[in-house]
Amino acid sequence: MDVEILARLQFAFTIAFHYFYPPLSIGLGIFMVITEGLYLKTKDKFYEQLTKFWVKIFALTFAMGVASGIVMEFEFGTNWATYSRFVGDVFGSALAAEGIFAFFLESGFLAILVFGWDKVKPKMHFFSTLMVSLGSMFSAVWIVVANSWMQTPAGFHLNGEGINTRAEITDFWAMVFNPSSVDRLLHTLSGCWLAGAFLVISVGAFYIIKERHLRYAKSSIKIALVIALCASLFQLFTGHQSAVGVSKNQPAKLAAMEAVFSDQENAPLYLFGWVDEKGQEVNFGLAIPSLLSFLIGMDSETRITGLNSIPPQDRPPVNIVFQAYHFMVAIGFALILISLLGLFYWWKGNLFNQKWLMWIFVLSVLLPQIANQLGWITAEVGRQPWIVYGLMKTSDGLSKAVEEGQVWFSMILFTFIYLILFVLFIYLLDSKIKLGPEDAEIIKSEIGHSK
Amino acid sequence: MEFNLDLNTTWFILIGLLLTGYAILDGFDLGIGTLHLLVKDDLERRIMLNSIGPVWDGNEVWLVTGGGALFAAFPEVYATVFSGFYNAFILLLFMLIFRAVAIEFRSKKPMRWWRQTWDFAFSIASFLIAFLMGVALGNIISGIPIGPDKEFTGTFLQMLNPYTILIGITTIALFMMHGAIYGVLKTEGELQNRLKGWVNNTIIFFVICYVTATMSTLIYFPHMADHFKEFPLLFILALINMLAIANIPREIHFGREMRAFFSSAAAIACLLALFAVGIFPNLVLSNPNPEMSLNIYNSASSTRTLTVMLIIAGIGVPFVLAYTISIYWIFRGKVKLNNMSY
Ligand code: HDD
Ligand code: HEM
Ligand code: HEM
Repeated sequence: MDVEILARLQFAFTIAFHYFYPPLSIGLGIFMVITEGLYLKTKDKFYEQLTKFWVKIFALTFAMGVASGIVMEFEFGTNWATYSRFVGDVFGSALAAEGIFAFFLESGFLAILVFGWDKVKPKMHFFSTLMVSLGSMFSAVWIVVANSWMQTPAGFHLNGEGINTRAEITDFWAMVFNPSSVDRLLHTLSGCWLAGAFLVISVGAFYIIKERHLRYAKSSIKIALVIALCASLFQLFTGHQSAVGVSKNQPAKLAAMEAVFSDQENAPLYLFGWVDEKGQEVNFGLAIPSLLSFLIGMDSETRITGLNSIPPQDRPPVNIVFQAYHFMVAIGFALILISLLGLFYWWKGNLFNQKWLMWIFVLSVLLPQIANQLGWITAEVGRQPWIVYGLMKTSDGLSKAVEEGQVWFSMILFTFIYLILFVLFIYLLDSKIKLGPEDAEIIKSEIGHSK
Repeated sequence: MEFNLDLNTTWFILIGLLLTGYAILDGFDLGIGTLHLLVKDDLERRIMLNSIGPVWDGNEVWLVTGGGALFAAFPEVYATVFSGFYNAFILLLFMLIFRAVAIEFRSKKPMRWWRQTWDFAFSIASFLIAFLMGVALGNIISGIPIGPDKEFTGTFLQMLNPYTILIGITTIALFMMHGAIYGVLKTEGELQNRLKGWVNNTIIFFVICYVTATMSTLIYFPHMADHFKEFPLLFILALINMLAIANIPREIHFGREMRAFFSSAAAIACLLALFAVGIFPNLVLSNPNPEMSLNIYNSASSTRTLTVMLIIAGIGVPFVLAYTISIYWIFRGKVKLNNMSY
């Protein structure tokens, strides 16, 4: 394998690992704001206890997010030096802004959120929770802006020649509000809320099945179900917006997402299928005629650009993008369905007696996580071969000073370490959950003894 | 050479300040890490951990933001240094990962082997982080081979030579001293007394390293002294530095821990200022072929980006300082364990 493949694999692996945690933090952040808000409003100690329980889980995911995030911050420099030279002017500012506006906010108030319960007044504590939640969303803002700029560059000009060419900012706000950033940001954020909400739902349903901590479980599930329904509907809406945006700005990606080979009106929408890239056809598929054209342009006559109109060297891999995209959308609909079912039985008053639904709830935690990963695969693989769309090819962005052996070395170590950490994370999460919210008091008395 | 405060120089100073903030703040929590294994019993180790509990992550953000700012203001340096020092940085990243999770994981389980493993990880990682950072600084002083395309052309092992190792050890000594003082500030009773003893030992260790390092720099890399010859006034920095260090044992002796801590923070700031004056206007010296060096002009972003970034910093930094100070204020005083502690 050459440096390029290795560096790409390494990037994909490390970012996918990182992206396991921030969605949980961002999603739980919202949830904690609500429960602590309820505590302030009702003065019921129960909500305080509930919040404290989720704060501990939050702290755990946060630490993993930080540990894996630092790697990302420097990986552009280590593995993608040529790319960094090219985009530093534009892309670097977004990363720096993330540090200044998001990470400081988040980590500062996190101290109060976790350790400050008896150091500050309840109102101040609530304010800190709010700031942590905001901070975590700000990191999404800046990083998605940076990434969206790579997808749909704007507000810059090219300066210099040959190896010295680089992109320089001409208009900061045009760079920030590039054509895809708003759609993608909203879609990403609500994907994060879903990740948090379904973690809560899953843990709650687990307690219901085990008949433990029932009051905590029921109240958690109800709050989270409301978030889940709002976010999953919003997800459909923003996902649609993104797809329309992609059709305008990155026609090759859209063509790959839906396996459109020749330019056509009345383009069909596949529900599923397996793309034969050589033969240019979709096997085992089920298609709804004209729907794709209709969804993109609200008119079935809308013309969709096919892959054949794009020079062969500029086409992304089709099947990966197609599958990732279709699974994401399927999961999106599944999440809407699950939320609706939950609300339906809640409305009927016997939600917690539906054992089968509780089991679905327990497993549902995986769905948003998978969809989030698939979404990024769609977005990132779909923009290949470009690292900065239309401006720089991925293969031109590599570090020149780095050799194959070095990337192997880091790749193997990353794989090894991340696997261990992931297992330990799940183990600790599991024991926290098994311990449950009420047992927090027991730990308190344990402290005196732990010598 | 002439000195004028243009945008590029401003950014040189700002990044210097970010790294100084990092060294002062993360310096003490790395220092606590280096001393961690010297504390034997579990309760005391928990006190050590919780003394940095609420703040270590915020401290590390200084590094992250410094990295981002370097990327934005001097992308060529970001690219050359991180790809050039590949193995060293990957190692550094692993240590940062281990350290973060060790702090979080350690007290989550009661098993002895579990806690000891993470204690070990936490401490070793703290040592290596301090060391690698020192080695990186050492390489900036001694210069690294850079080609005409601004790429690093040396090898990993070249970077580890007696001089850079010496700077690495000096950094460890500095952070150990700084951490011990912070420990004295946050603890009480017997643990505090022992930490006081370590303050004295680490000061001696540091002063020995410091003197050796300064002498070898002056002998082998006399260019670091050029600006001081031009502007003798700058010697004040060196003077303040010495006074600050000498002041530490005195303050500890009189029980004025906070002042001792500020003295050692001042010493760190002076050290980095000396370093910055020494290398200015280069960011990465090329050795051989000094004309290939990356300096604040040939490696910077466009004027526009530097301006935009200055505005961003102007808006953001007051907030950052405000809540950093509030957090330290809220968590002032001795460590008390409760059910949310590590
Ligand atoms: C819980 C997670 C989740 C769910 C249920 C969905 N998505 Fe999604 N999707 C994401 C999480 C996500 C994401 C991880 O947030 C991505 C990756 C990059 C991005 O901007 O958002 C994404 C990307 C993404 C893109 C590519 C954007 C680009 O390349 O610029 C499109 C077109 C859609 N989504 C469309 C949809 C549709 C029509 C869905 C149907 C309900 C859907 N997504 C559900
Ligand atoms: C390549 C891209 C990315 C880089 C360079 C990056 C960088 C970082 C860094 C350095 C940290 C640690 C901050 C600290 O020390 O407090 C971090 C944490 C975090 N990142 Fe990322 N990140 C990337 C992708 C993302 C994405 C796509 C999201 C969300 C949509 C995200 C959201 C977060 C959040 C919320 C945290 C806080 C820790 C947590 O909540 O788990 N990051 N990231
Ligand atoms: C957090 C979720 C993300 C995931 C799961 C993800 C996933 C991926 C994947 C799978 C690849 C490999 C594509 C290929 O080589 O075929 C990739 C590449 C890359 N991504 Fe992302 N990405 C994420 C976010 C980001 C963000 C926020 C940025 C920038 C701010 C970013 C920048 C890059 C770069 C520079 C590459 C390497 C070059 C390339 O292969 O195009 N990614 N990512």
